[in-house]
Amino acid sequence: MSTQPVERLYARHITLHFGGVAALSDVSLNVRQGEILAIIGPNGAGKTSLLNCISGLYRPQSGELVFLKDGRAHNLLQLRPHQIARLGIARAFQNIELFRHMTVLENIMLGRHVHMRGNVLTCGLYWWRQQEEEIRHRRRVEEIIDFLEIENIRHKPVGTLAYGLQKRVELARALALDPEILLLDEPMAGMNVEEKEDMARFILDINQEWDVTVVLIEHDMGVVMDLSDRVVVLDFGRVIAEGRPDEIRHNPLVVQAYLGDEALMEHLA
Amino acid sequence: MESGIFFTDYRADMALRRKPTQQVRLGLFVAFLLIFPFVASPYWLTLANQIGIATIGAIGLNILVGYTGQISLGQGAFMAVGAYTSGILAARLGVPFWLSIPIACLVTAAVGVVFGLPSLRLKGLYLAMATLAAQEIVEWVITHWTSLTGGTEALVVPAPTLLGARVNTDFRFYWIILVAAGFTALFTANLFRSRVGRAFVAIRDQDIAAEVIGVNVFFYKLLAFATSSFFVGLAGALTAHYRTIISWERFTIEVSILYLAMIIIGGLGTINGSFFGAAFMTLLPAFINNVGRALRDVAPLVATLLPAVQQGVFGAVLIFFLIVEPEGLAKLWRNIKDYFYVWPFSY
Repeated sequence: MSTQPVERLYARHITLHFGGVAALSDVSLNVRQGEILAIIGPNGAGKTSLLNCISGLYRPQSGELVFLKDGRAHNLLQLRPHQIARLGIARAFQNIELFRHMTVLENIMLGRHVHMRGNVLTCGLYWWRQQEEEIRHRRRVEEIIDFLEIENIRHKPVGTLAYGLQKRVELARALALDPEILLLDEPMAGMNVEEKEDMARFILDINQEWDVTVVLIEHDMGVVMDLSDRVVVLDFGRVIAEGRPDEIRHNPLVVQAYLGDEALMEHLA
Repeated sequence: MESGIFFTDYRADMALRRKPTQQVRLGLFVAFLLIFPFVASPYWLTLANQIGIATIGAIGLNILVGYTGQISLGQGAFMAVGAYTSGILAARLGVPFWLSIPIACLVTAAVGVVFGLPSLRLKGLYLAMATLAAQEIVEWVITHWTSLTGGTEALVVPAPTLLGARVNTDFRFYWIILVAAGFTALFTANLFRSRVGRAFVAIRDQDIAAEVIGVNVFFYKLLAFATSSFFVGLAGALTAHYRTIISWERFTIEVSILYLAMIIIGGLGTINGSFFGAAFMTLLPAFINNVGRALRDVAPLVATLLPAVQQGVFGAVLIFFLIVEPEGLAKLWRNIKDYFYVWPFSY
């Protein structure tokens, strides 16, 4: 990693209301090239809302949200979700949002959607031109299937898979986009220890070998402290702390936000 | 018995018919379709042509409802647009059918996009209401734009001419319908194993996730309406040339509901289900009629009652099939295949 961090995405003074409820107030943060940034905070702190703003699902009432790519600044607040995906920001959801009736393979192939050009004519007249494109992208998809070790389920409908595997398929679909920034909303929620370790290994590999910047929401403090380069702490829609994991661990504001949560206190102590 | 299916390249793994048994089955079906008109009686040929046209319409509707998840009650209207466009072009301007039918399909696709616009904001039952409005509007336009459509009068369409011969018999028309239905089925099968079709299904299953993965949901919803209407228009245009006489009464809301029933009975989001549904819904009334005729001598009472209860019997059979297999005849067919695949073992 270079000594001078390169900023890839920044939020300035983001404010998001739902009626009278402020989900995010004056939130600022930046994401640096090649890092794993964890966003933590108690339930309802606004973590998912923040990711939703980045993916374009929510539109904050005020603030700035900019993605830097190839020396150009893209104002994410003016883009629709599919345009943001096209820029190279991929997302895996907290509650699995896979296409349940499609096979694992088809789900991941959808991740290639933005890289493919086929239109209704070339697809309908498959053998004319589309077949070549489908096969080319299938190769990339198979690399991801291989990487995430889900070869044996590639033709299974996603709806029939176990929870942990579904989470993995969702990660695969996001990876198929060849993202520059990967947004992961609780990728390990509901997993057992072994599955968590697998997932942690995948995230580290994605980050280090494929040079993908990762923004991660996670409740498991052990995972957060081990994986992340930096941590941002949200509470009641505000950023209350930001820094390296060991700094966050001893920050009195963070300890206060989590006050009463014994399990978390143990990790923070 | 097979131990599994293994491929050495992606082309074979991604083929439409992956297994030898599937290929043989398809070959047999095609052979049947080619031999059928030479051995069938005129009565069966008429039924076959009706099934063929209904299959095209059902596949068209399935693209929108079954695959993309956008419910539509405007099927009758879209068929009417196809029928009247092709009919008017042929009858008034003398356009040959091989040109008037594609034009009709494109016009229907355009009309489909217009009436698909509400889908950008509405889902489910609300969208159904909006497409119901399309149905009413198109019916109203046809019955009131007398100078163009002839209003409530029937429109007479000349039988198509192909290679100097008039296509005015069921036998001759069979081949046109066969080519059109084959093209529709193949095009749709291809569509749904590649990029655009995947985007359609993604919208049905999880539209927010589709958007976040990079699918322009607005664009693809309208594209689904266009593609669907294109084939529904094809079914309508073929109806016009086949019947050679059309009136607005052939394209009412009842038609929309009939086609919805067709794809639900057949199987939502399947191509063979569209065919099963079309065949079922065409053959069932014919079957009930024939039973009535056969019983005329034996039990005159049943025969006189049957026309009256025909709709009721029809409904009862539909309900029966839905209870037996809610996923439609296509699922029933798959169950049969699965049974024989592992036969004589039950697992």
